[in-house]
Parts: sequence; structure tokens; C-alpha cells
Amino acid sequence: MRLGLVIDLDVCVGCHACAIACKQWNASGTTGPLSDYQPYGAEPSGVWFNRIRHFEVGEYPHNKTINFPMSCMHCEDAACVTVCPTGASYKRAEDGIVLVDQDKCMGCNYCSWACPYGARELDRASGTMKKCTLCVDRIYDETIPIEERQPACVLTCPAHARMFGDFDDPDSAVSRAVREREGYQLLPELGYNPTNHYLPPRKAPPIPTENLGQPGFKERLKTFANKLVKR
Amino acid sequence: MHPAFSVIFFTVASGAGFGLFALLYLADLLQLGGGLSRQQVSVGGAIALVLIIAGLLSSVGHLANPKNAWRAFSRWRTSWLSREGVFAVTFFPFAFGYVGLSFLDLGLEGLLLTLGALATLLAWVTVFSTSMIYACLKTIRQWNTPLVPANYLALGHYTGALILMLIANQGEVDRAPYYFLVLAFLVAAAFLKGLYYFWIGSPVAASTIHTATGFTRAQVKLFDAGHTHGTFLTQEFGFQIARRWALALRIFVFLAGFVIPFVWLVQAGPEVSGGAVVALIALLGVLAERWLFFAEARHVVNLYHGAQRC
Ligand code: SF4
Ligand code: SF4
Repeated sequence: MRLGLVIDLDVCVGCHACAIACKQWNASGTTGPLSDYQPYGAEPSGVWFNRIRHFEVGEYPHNKTINFPMSCMHCEDAACVTVCPTGASYKRAEDGIVLVDQDKCMGCNYCSWACPYGARELDRASGTMKKCTLCVDRIYDETIPIEERQPACVLTCPAHARMFGDFDDPDSAVSRAVREREGYQLLPELGYNPTNHYLPPRKAPPIPTENLGQPGFKERLKTFANKLVKR
Repeated sequence: MHPAFSVIFFTVASGAGFGLFALLYLADLLQLGGGLSRQQVSVGGAIALVLIIAGLLSSVGHLANPKNAWRAFSRWRTSWLSREGVFAVTFFPFAFGYVGLSFLDLGLEGLLLTLGALATLLAWVTVFSTSMIYACLKTIRQWNTPLVPANYLALGHYTGALILMLIANQGEVDRAPYYFLVLAFLVAAAFLKGLYYFWIGSPVAASTIHTATGFTRAQVKLFDAGHTHGTFLTQEFGFQIARRWALALRIFVFLAGFVIPFVWLVQAGPEVSGGAVVALIALLGVLAERWLFFAEARHVVNLYHGAQRC
């Protein structure tokens, strides 16, 4: 199995709901708590597994804002695991999820240097590295209904911009979406082979705005009246 | 990258210590300039060990969770950081044996030289591993080059040679070979550093905001980073120094690190006096070099925080 996410950039509305749901679920999950620093102070900051950035593509008037959620890509060739000197970072053989063992991490930050996607954040309260677990404590939980055994971000997304599934299964929703919508990976030149894929915004045909046809009867009547009445 | 002082001090101090140790051993083996006395060897070895230990202790300072540091020896199969730890620790018994036997002067020449040879090999491998911690990262273009290990080795030996010259100056040996050793390493280190600065000036195969986002048909600009204040990522990787300062610092690196020591050495000749001042100035230059090495490195994650290319 090779579990991961597909993010549809055509649909993401940039509401940050996935990030909030992620923080809520994982604050009490396997790697929680996720510390906040000065939450009500002048410089609020803290540990998050999932962050949404916003990019502007193209130049006015042919521009577009694209909302860009990013969490751990659960890379196939995850250098964060290779470089970790303590063995705290590991990739599960059975489903490809990359995790950090909080009891082994010494907080050297080396794995965060190796990750090109900014997926790892040091928790300064515990001194250990934290990262997206793909909600490993949720997706295998047999006490919740089967349709809820999904990562918190996927469940919560109001726009359905996120899909979760097995990339090794060619018939899974994620595999099909990547195939049909030309899903792609970020920073492919670095060779990490990230599992998570992004679906590009669709290229919609332009809506005509000129030569919209003859004016209707009401329009012609108004024009006629305007000609009659001197102002 | 954010330059952490503990790491800067660690790489400079232990680099000089390992360089000094290796050169001390070679000088002893080849009886350079008539051969150092046993006392000089033990003093030099002790200085090297102090530098190395101080560096290693300082490196622990940047760990957020040092109580797990002992686990860092476990992943030597894949991690250069782990390898560095393992090699550094295996270095000590041999190095202590060599320095200790030199101090006791028991006359066990064969054993002495064997221990020294093994320790010297481990010293080289350790410095190489330290440099590979940085050179192996594909995420930081400025580090991902064989020039990094070359620079670390050259600078470690250069600073080590300076200290060795000071030690040689205290005794009966012919000073000339030690003096020329310093000059040779100075020129090599300056050349390699110059090459490195030249190389990072012209990006090869850099990642851009286009490959980072996948939008390759139009200009892409970061519109909003999605957080109101800095995060771990912006603190760790977002360190920016103005180009103006980078240039001034590079000039300082060359002046203090190489030019002033060179001029001083050349005009003083092998009978150089005030060598300690030269060594101190050179060390300051190397500290600045190491600071720049971190500060000038740009991590690809900056593409998600507004950089156009890295
Ligand atoms: S995205 Fe980063 S943290 Fe996640 S597997 Fe890849 S390299 Fe590791
Ligand atoms: S911070 Fe923790 S998980 Fe990351 S490389 Fe260091 S020990 Fe491994």
C-alpha cells in the first residue's frame, strides 16, 4: 500500500479548514500535543502539520489566485528518513506513511533540512520533530464508521478538494484522479518522488463578453425613448 | 539558513583540532624538521583533543532534546550525522593512546605510530563526515557540492597547521618545514574558498517557484504565506542577509583568513614571531567563513515563502 493525498487546486477555496481540523485532531493524536507559542500575544506561532499558502499566477488581468495546501508528501525516497541519525524518522513498509517516533527524536532539525516541502516542524516545548501522520490513528480505527476512516483534513474539506487513498491501486479514486486530471508532484527535479499529488486548475473555455447579439425589445424601446426626451 | 553559533563553533574548533592532530602525527612520523620532541607531541595532541572535545560538546548545544543524543550513533548506515558521531567517538581511544604514550615516553615506537595512524585516518574520515552532513542535502544547492568537503578539509588542516607551527616554534626543530606547511595549506584553502564563492555565484539546475508549484505557464508570486507571524520554517530557513553584508563579510573572510596571515608570514619568514596573533586572526576569518557558509545557504522551502528561485 502507498497511502497519500490528492489535492485539487481547481477546487480548493483556501479556507484553512483542513489546517484547523488537522491541528484539532492531531493535538491529541499520536504525536500531540502541538504547542502554541504566545497564542494570544503579539507574535502568535505554533506547530502545524498542514499549511495553506496562496499564490498569484499570471499577471493582471489574466491572473488567478491559487490556494495551495501543503502537508507531508510521504515521499517514496524520503531523505528526511535517510538523514535522521537516531532512527526516530521512519517510513512504514506496510503503507508508506512517514512518521517520527517522539521517544527517539533528539531535536537536531536535520530531517527538516532534508525536507524540501517544509513538512516538518520542531515543537519547542517537547524538543521533538512533529509532522503529518496522515492521521494514522484515525484511518485504521475500527470503532468509527468506515466512511470516517479518513484523515481529518479530507473529512473536513467543505470544497472536497482533498482525496485520500492508495496510490498502488490503479483503480483507487486517487490513482484515477491523477491519471485523468494530469496530477503532478512538487519539485520533481529533487527526486524525492512524493506520494501526494496535485491536480492543476482546469483550463475553462473563455466566456464571450463581446458581440452578445441583438438588444431585446425593452432595450430598443429605452434607446428610442432616450432619443425622444431631451435632457 | 539560520546560523547557529554552537554549530559554527563546533565545525571550526573540531576541524582545527582534527587537522592539527593529523598534521602532528604526520610530522612525528616523518620526523619533520628533525622531529618534534615527545613533549611537543603530547602538548600538541592535548590541544587537538581539547579543541575537538570542546567542539563536540558545543554541537550538542543545538539539540532541542539532548537526552536522546546517545541514539544518534545508531543510524550510521544511512546518516552522515550519525557516521560523524561514530567516527568521532572511535577516534578518541586511538588518539588518547597516541597522546598518552607520547607523554609517558615509554619508547613503544611501533605501537605509538600504529595508534597515531589509525587516529589520523579517523580524524580525516570524521571531518569528511561533518562536511557530508551538509554536502549530501539536495535541498540546499549551495551545499550540495564536492567543494564543501574539500573546503572543510582544507580549512581544518590550514588552522591545524597554524597551531602546529606555534608548537614547533617552542622547541628545537627546524621551523622551515612547518612554516611552509602553513603556507601550502593557506594557499590551498584560499584557492578552494575562492572557487566555492565563484561556484555559488552562478546557479546550476536551481529549483524555481515554477517547479515548486507546478505552474510553468505564467509568472507565479507568493500572495500570502497563510500565517500571521513567523513559523519554525521561517525562523530556521528564512534567514536573509543583505547582499551588501555578504560581500563585506567575504572580503573579511579573505583578509582575516588568508591575506593578512599570508603577508605576515611572508615578510616574517620561517623565524616568524607573533605567530599566535596570526593564528587568532586566521581563526576569526574562518569563523566568519563558517557563519557565511550557513547564512548564504538558501533552502528550497523558501520558494513557498516568497523566493523566486533558490
Ligand atoms: S514531504 Fe518532507 S517530511 Fe514528508 S516524506 Fe517527504 S521529505 Fe519527508
Ligand atoms: S530532529 Fe528528530 S526526527 Fe529529525 S533528524 Fe533529528 S532526531 Fe531525526
